[in-house]
Parts: sequence; C-alpha cells; structure tokens
Amino acid sequence: MTDPDAELITRFRTGDEHAFVELVARHHTTMLRLAQTFVSSPAVAEEVTQDTWLAALRGIDSFEGRSSFRTWLFAILANRARTTGVREQRTIPLESPEPAVDPARFTANGIWSSPPIDWTEASEERLDAQSLASALQSALDALPPRQRQVVLLRDVDGLTPEEVCDILDLTEANQRVLLHRGRSHLRTTLEASVGTL
Amino acid sequence: MLRLRRQPDLVCQQIVELITDYLENSLSRTDRRRFERHLADCPHCSAYLAQMRETIRLTGRLRTTDLTPEMRGEFGELYRRWREER
Repeated sequence: MTDPDAELITRFRTGDEHAFVELVARHHTTMLRLAQTFVSSPAVAEEVTQDTWLAALRGIDSFEGRSSFRTWLFAILANRARTTGVREQRTIPLESPEPAVDPARFTANGIWSSPPIDWTEASEERLDAQSLASALQSALDALPPRQRQVVLLRDVDGLTPEEVCDILDLTEANQRVLLHRGRSHLRTTLEASVGTL
Repeated sequence: MLRLRRQPDLVCQQIVELITDYLENSLSRTDRRRFERHLADCPHCSAYLAQMRETIRLTGRLRTTDLTPEMRGEFGELYRRWREER
C-alpha cells in the first residue's frame, strides 16, 4: 500500500512550502490531541507538536518508509511528549476491574435486566444536529489518557493495531484492553445522549 | 444423542466484555462460535453489538479542525528556517 503522504513529502523535500503546510494541516489535530494526553496544558501540547514537526523536518532523510509517515511522525511525538513529562503519568493498572456496562443492568445470572435502548437507527439523522458529535467529542476528551490515546489513533485517525502498538509502545493485548474500555465508555455516553436529544 | 464437550453458553455480561476481541478478530475459533451462538439467540446483545459498531463509525467521523491562517504562517516560517539551515 502506498503511503498517502508520499506525494506531499516528495514535494516539500524539493522546496514546496505549500506541500509542507498541507501535510501539517492533515495531521495537526490528531497530533495536538495525542500530545494533550501526555502533557498538562494545551500550550505545552502546542509546543511539543511544533517541536515534533521541526524534528521531522530535520530527520526526514532518515525516514525510510518502512512504516507509514504518520506512524513515524506520531512515534516522534509520543516520545517527545512522554519525555517532556510535564504531567506525572497517571498509570491506570490494566487489571483494575472496569466493566463495559454497569453490572446493575444484569441479573445475578449475567442476563440483561435493563437491556440497551436501541438508538442506532436514530443516530444518523440526529448527528446532523451536531449535538451527538459534540457529546462524543466531550466523552473522548474525558477518557483516561491511555484509553484516549488508543481510541484517537484507532477510531478517529484509523491506524492499524500494529501501528498503534508501535507508536505507544503497547502489547497487542493491552492495546485491545484500552480500546475496549474507551469504546465502551463512548457507547455509554452515546446511549445516554440519544435518550436526551 | 450425546453431545461431547460442548462449552457452556456465554451470558450477556460476558458478551459485552468480549465484544472488542470479537470485532478485532482475536477470539479463538471456539470462543467465536460461542459468541455467535449467543448473538443468534439474543436480540439485546445483537443491539449492543450494533451500538458498538455505530459508536466506532461515529467516532471515525469526528472532524479535525483546520489550521488557522496564522498557524499556516507559522508553519511556513518553520519550513523556511529548516530550508535555510540545510
């Protein structure tokens, strides 16, 4: 599969400033959001993101295309943000029990007593109202950092599990646990929002 | 007829915890069969699965914000600095 960024990279390496700015525009939001999961303030996240672009420019000759450009770029960002270490990393033990669904919604035998309200049909037309999207965005912003990192890269930006493991230095199993918790939180939020929209 | 070594059925509360493994294709063949057997009989868990898929789809549609003209200027400058130092 060819790297979707390949053309812009070739162009900026041969002097096309506009191509570079396009490349920044393409990845900036994800980088900023990812940086924010590691550091305490939006200003620091901006700084880390800018530094990452400068490091990417300076290191572009060492980018050999073994991974996709964005995997390479996001890994630089994650490393820099981690070492910036402004925020004491809250470590969330993976084994802490955190059910996907409130146990009160099941009988003692594990059967639904309060089954999910069916909202998938309704969501399409309601998303146009933007309320659902903003509820989802707030829920994403409120996820614990490590869940947020994984959901952001997997579901918002569409990276593969392997790429996410590389960038965040996770095992596949841990990546899946974090993804599961994050998605389960978001589903709960959507279920609650659809009921009130 | 005697059925040999049939695994116990999964219950709803287990289904909601296995759902990501199912979607990520990381269940064993046996567990995948147990999972699908449960789904076939349980409209609530089928609805739940549909909701997880919808959640993933909607998350994928969260839009990125455009660079402001000011930021475009700043990144243009960063680029020009890099060109000069090369």
